[in-house]
Amino acid sequence: MSAFWSAWITVITLAVILGCAWLLLATRRSEPHKEATEETLGHSFDGIEEYDNPLPSWWLNMFVATIVFGLVYLTLYPGLGNFKGVLGWTSANQWEEEMAHAEEVYKPIFAKYATMSVEDLQAQPEGLKMGQRMFANNCSLCHGATGAGAHGFPNLTDSDWLYGGAPATIQQTIANGRQGAMPPWGAVLGEEGVRDVTNYVMSLSSADHDADAAVRGEQQFQALCTACHGADGKGVQALGAPNLTDGIWLYGSTFEKVSHTIRTGRNGVMPAHKDLLSDDKIQLITAYVYSLSNK
Amino acid sequence: MSTAAEHPTYNYKVVRQFAIMTVVWGIVGMAVGVLIASQLVWPALNFDTAWLTYGRLRPLHTNAVIFAFGGCALFASSYYVVQRTSQTRLISDKLAAFTFWGWQLVILSAAITLPLGLTSSKEYAELEWPIDLLITVVWVAYAIVFLGTVKMRKTSHIYVGNWFFMAFIITVAVLHIVNSAAMPVSLFKSYSVYPGAVDAMVQWWYGHNAVGFFLTAGFLGMMYYFVPKQAERPIYSYRLSVVHFWALIATYMWAGGHHLHYTALPDWTQSVAMVMSLVLLAPSWGGMINGMMTLSGAWHKLRTDPVLRFLVVSLSFYGMSTFEGPMMSIKTVNALSHYTDWTIGHVHAGALGWVAMISIGAVYHMIPRLWGKAQMASMALVNTHFWLATIGTVLYICAMWVNGILQGLMWRAVNEDGTLTYSFVEALEASHPGFFVRALGGAFFLTGMLLMAYNVWQTVRKDSTAPAANASAQAA
Repeated sequence: MSAFWSAWITVITLAVILGCAWLLLATRRSEPHKEATEETLGHSFDGIEEYDNPLPSWWLNMFVATIVFGLVYLTLYPGLGNFKGVLGWTSANQWEEEMAHAEEVYKPIFAKYATMSVEDLQAQPEGLKMGQRMFANNCSLCHGATGAGAHGFPNLTDSDWLYGGAPATIQQTIANGRQGAMPPWGAVLGEEGVRDVTNYVMSLSSADHDADAAVRGEQQFQALCTACHGADGKGVQALGAPNLTDGIWLYGSTFEKVSHTIRTGRNGVMPAHKDLLSDDKIQLITAYVYSLSNK
Repeated sequence: MSTAAEHPTYNYKVVRQFAIMTVVWGIVGMAVGVLIASQLVWPALNFDTAWLTYGRLRPLHTNAVIFAFGGCALFASSYYVVQRTSQTRLISDKLAAFTFWGWQLVILSAAITLPLGLTSSKEYAELEWPIDLLITVVWVAYAIVFLGTVKMRKTSHIYVGNWFFMAFIITVAVLHIVNSAAMPVSLFKSYSVYPGAVDAMVQWWYGHNAVGFFLTAGFLGMMYYFVPKQAERPIYSYRLSVVHFWALIATYMWAGGHHLHYTALPDWTQSVAMVMSLVLLAPSWGGMINGMMTLSGAWHKLRTDPVLRFLVVSLSFYGMSTFEGPMMSIKTVNALSHYTDWTIGHVHAGALGWVAMISIGAVYHMIPRLWGKAQMASMALVNTHFWLATIGTVLYICAMWVNGILQGLMWRAVNEDGTLTYSFVEALEASHPGFFVRALGGAFFLTGMLLMAYNVWQTVRKDSTAPAANASAQAA
């Protein structure tokens, strides 16, 4: 901040604190009595009179103590404008020190597992436990405490994978995130077309459907959907396109939900964690997620 | 209405109106509080209805108890006190009536717009800009009536209670206008003129001074009249009131930054806020000491006078919460307490224990005098109300202390590998019993207010059985 504002802050802050001290001590000096008396000031307001008793000493001492503490604090820490305080403390360097300390304390614990493969880590219950804790802190908000997922958030405990369940793929998903985009087809298909395609999609997993409509829908499915979901509807993991034949649904299995997906599309986002978590932490989370479906 | 009550020169009509509305809005605001406290125990109580959800009712609760209940109590008591201690009538009956109807309109607008979800999203200043403008007009009228009446006083000095009322009225005007500065984009939507961290600082400069000047200075004004009056004792020390008045208003102004410890607020601002908050301890306690010591020689009256009990216990809660506040402003303590229920408990130690208790005591003092009665229709009910309020407050703040420390410790607990021991929802689950006790405490407090409403009605209604005051008692 500019020298003017720095001086402004310093002057007003000290004026308030020292002003309190002056008022306190000046009032103390001018006390007519050193002990409590029955003498009033002589005014009466609606029958209320006022004594002029001395300031209680314990209270005065407490007041002075807080003022002294305040002045010492403002000498040690930043407070008076641009003056940094003699300790050189800032909130940013406190944070950096704490992070450096944490790194020093926790790094050896993680280093033990850093060179192990995800497969090998399956035999390390302590490592998996650490992965589970980090999963609880970072992943459970969407995927649930047990990893069983929720509407729009994949279940990680089954063997059905949108992008693949190999260790390297899971690690990729966590580090770089994923963007799952299902485009909206309502405008292209029209409401009737959406119904037909929905019936066909429902038929793929042998759910309740209208067979005639499914036949009509199949043609449109072949034209519009196979590029991602494959000719057999079994999905393509390289694209993150779900398998439509297995009865596992990310956004719900009812006719309404499936037709809504086709009509308006879906956008699923798995955020990238490589800037939030170190590689060795991602490695342990990967091992834990892998363990959920590879018991 | 007995004509004996009508002091020939005082405007008691506006005082009566505000006194009655204090009780009405107290019940409304606290009932909403009990509802939202219960929603935290049983979430189904929002009935899946948008305008009954916690997010919309919480600002309604805070606005109703602070500005409707507390505001009406301040209007009633300040108009009563300023007339009696200045020995003059309010300078304008019309302007005083305008402040009453204007303030009720503000409250009504709040009660409609907040459940509709119309909000500026500034805490304790959620009302949208058209209502902010109305508040400004009403507040300026209030300032004119009050300051004008003080100027026309027939006493040589200004009574200490009126210093506090004046500081409260003038400062709240400044706070409201600066904090509410906004750019309207439609009739019901506006954006603050301040950016980012500056907006946060202005918000908490306002927010903490709303506590300091609305909920502290204003109610200290009330204390300085009703405590000596009810105890029939002189004020303990005039010079103590001078020192603590000036020190209180000078340091309170700076303390708001302690709401933003460990945030994007610059370090120097946080340090100054913490130092000023600590220096504030002694000035705050000055008022408690002056009130408590005024009772020396009159302590026996507590055995027989439940109204005095309300006033004295309110001072105890005031002393406790003004000790707790500076402690919580210390950064290392704040690192544990911030964002937890401890803060909620601290606020309610002040709001229930201090603000509500002293307002209730003041209303119990004023109501019989305003309607020409010797005392309330039932002093036994006043006594029951006292115990319900005290037990309710203690249940509330103890539950929040336990919850607050529990949450703070659970959030910061780490495993040996540096990961967090508990997820947020685990801390929430552990808070459930505390939420229940809090709702129970609130229900106690609300029940007391219902008794008060019945008792007030029995005192003021036409064929009231409350004993009439004799003329000499009325003059005292």
